[in-house]
Amino acid sequence: MKHVFPLIPLFPLLGVLLNGLLGIRYFSKRWVHSIAVAAVAASFVASVAGFLAVRAAGGAALITSLFTWIPADWLMLGNHQSGTLFAIDFSLRFDPLTAVMTLVVTGVGLLIHIYSIGYMAEDSSTARYFTYLNLFTFAMLVLVMGGNLAVMFIGWEGVGLCSYLLIGFWFTRDAAANAGKKAFITNRVGDFGFLLGTGLLIATLGTVDFAAIERAIGAGLLPHGLATAAALLLFLGATGKSAQIPLYTWLPDAMEGPTPVSSLIHAATMVTGGVYMVARMNVLFSFSGTALTVVAVVGALTAVYAASMGFVQTDIKRVLAYSTISQIGYMFVGLGVGAFAAGIFHLMTHAFFKSLLFLAAGSVIHALSGEQDMTRMGGLRKHIPWTYRVFLVGALAIAGVPGLSGFFSKDEILTSAFASGHYFVWALGLCGAGMTAFYMFRLIFLTFFGAERLTPGARHHLHESPKVMIVPLQVLAGLAIAGGWVGLPKVLGGGNWFGRFLAPVTGHHEAAVAPAQELMLMALSVGVALAGIALAYLVYLRWQGRPARWLAGKFSAGTRILQNKYYVDDLYNILVVGGTKLTGLFLGHFDRKVVDGAVNGAAWAGRQISRASIAVDTHVVDGSVNGLGRLNQACGRGLRRLQTGTIYTYALGVVIGLVVLVSLVWTFKE
Amino acid sequence: MIPIEAVLALGIVLFAIGLIGVLARKNLIVILMALELLLNGVNVVLVGFALRWGNTTGQVFALFVVMIAVAEAAVGFALMLSYFRHRETYSLDEINDLKG
Repeated sequence: MKHVFPLIPLFPLLGVLLNGLLGIRYFSKRWVHSIAVAAVAASFVASVAGFLAVRAAGGAALITSLFTWIPADWLMLGNHQSGTLFAIDFSLRFDPLTAVMTLVVTGVGLLIHIYSIGYMAEDSSTARYFTYLNLFTFAMLVLVMGGNLAVMFIGWEGVGLCSYLLIGFWFTRDAAANAGKKAFITNRVGDFGFLLGTGLLIATLGTVDFAAIERAIGAGLLPHGLATAAALLLFLGATGKSAQIPLYTWLPDAMEGPTPVSSLIHAATMVTGGVYMVARMNVLFSFSGTALTVVAVVGALTAVYAASMGFVQTDIKRVLAYSTISQIGYMFVGLGVGAFAAGIFHLMTHAFFKSLLFLAAGSVIHALSGEQDMTRMGGLRKHIPWTYRVFLVGALAIAGVPGLSGFFSKDEILTSAFASGHYFVWALGLCGAGMTAFYMFRLIFLTFFGAERLTPGARHHLHESPKVMIVPLQVLAGLAIAGGWVGLPKVLGGGNWFGRFLAPVTGHHEAAVAPAQELMLMALSVGVALAGIALAYLVYLRWQGRPARWLAGKFSAGTRILQNKYYVDDLYNILVVGGTKLTGLFLGHFDRKVVDGAVNGAAWAGRQISRASIAVDTHVVDGSVNGLGRLNQACGRGLRRLQTGTIYTYALGVVIGLVVLVSLVWTFKE
Repeated sequence: MIPIEAVLALGIVLFAIGLIGVLARKNLIVILMALELLLNGVNVVLVGFALRWGNTTGQVFALFVVMIAVAEAAVGFALMLSYFRHRETYSLDEINDLKG
């Protein structure tokens, strides 16, 4: 094989086969852990090798086609002058964007696999869990390494499947099973858009290969309107996968899954699949322009909207879930204003600090024997110091405190938004930054500071998590601190190495603002973030949450709206679920009344016809036969009179006959 | 020489008596006897015409008829007796087993 990178998804697949086919029956827990972790570790090593290869190649894409997957040579499509022959290869592509994604997926994935060993120690279905986790890693790697939309779609659906399986991992709990279904079905809506977009590209360009699409757009083969339509359809897929307005409702419910799953799938990797896809199709989106604006606006709205719901959540994981939706909104803002590298940069840093936050939240939950409600926590700083420290690092990073990874990526996005002239989007983003800082530190203060409000059961087992969980957290904390420095902007003395590395894929994007202005913007966003933190401190620590309660009392309607998630879930329930149910009812009625009616009617008609046939049989056929018989009987009855039985009657007959004969002979003797 | 007319008249009278006997009487024995009269009426005519034409064929026929009459009487009376053992009656009013 020419390249090493096709091996990257192979290792997790091997892990799936080993653990899935044999591990569930025959392997001990220790073996299952070792295989799963080793598979991801090997994959990580291969990713590093691939990354080095791409760097050595100067960012040129390495492409390999494993085999022709759909050899539809007979299908002539698209641009009819050229009469493209249509075929889809199972091709894998490894370029700077893929390198970043594979490193994130396998790197963060490896840490979460290790963490899971500790977190899932008491669960009895370890082998099933690690099989799913490896399968997810495999699918995610296929998603990011696919060389065309079709291969990407395999991964796209694969991660959706794994998400479903892992959300519903504890499927005996109704809430978990329902959340899994909700995630899967909501994603189907998005996938529908993805498929339609792919189909549109096949119909117009006759290809789904990324490089070929770029070439075709460069050659002007794609009409502008169709490009917008295809991009928006693909973006619908992205909103489903990445939990953006309008398809975000599944992500908070997805928190029913095990916490490492929330961390890996619903924070660090899968939900960023949509971001990756838009970045991958950046040429199409840029060409459309309109689609790009839609992406930016949807992202900005989601960022603020989801953050607002984070204010009132009391479940520690749900706060993080809304935070994830909000942060992915930021990524889309970055993509939408044309700063694709910035969006991916935020994807990477977010993967670090959000998986850190989730795992740390998992550690809190683990310490409290399953307690997730922040109103029953407080004062945990002393009891679980390491969890507290890493959590604080994650919160500082996401809030955008200077020097930590979140600061650089978020700032780059906001600067790009400002520079692109989307001031509305920029303002929303800035607003969201303040809100993020506020709800994250609300979480910190409620969980780790203040009075202890633990339940007796939680207090009894209160303990710091084992080393196997703490060490990955510490590594992630290190990444959350340092991960941003690869994208150090020029104005702060860096060279934005990250942006330059991605440039072969995303194009070079330079925020057109003066250094002084950029510093001003930076200061502004830092100021907003610090203000958010300070406000959270005042409200939840200094005044013990009294202002919040006062506000909630004063604006009870608004609070209710926030607590009920803007009633969007209910609206969807009524419109979509209710609509589906109504349709079902109607179809049921239709089935019962019309279809069954037709069948029953046919049966009824058959009965009537056979009844008529019976009548004909008895009356006409039998009647004629019987009639003949009766006629014969009547004749017999008449004729028997001739047989009197008395001899002289016969004798008289003989005599009369004789007389007649003689007279006849006499008459005709001539 | 007996005139043929007288012979024919006797034959007709005998035949007529026999015919009336067969048709009108109800006793089986009487009917059988009337049957003999019918045959003998015919015999008379046969013999009479043999005499008239000087041809013996008629007389031979008459002999045959007598023989058949004997056989007929024998069989007839035998049947009659056998029937009588069953039903103890000769009345034709009661003998109607073949009534339809």
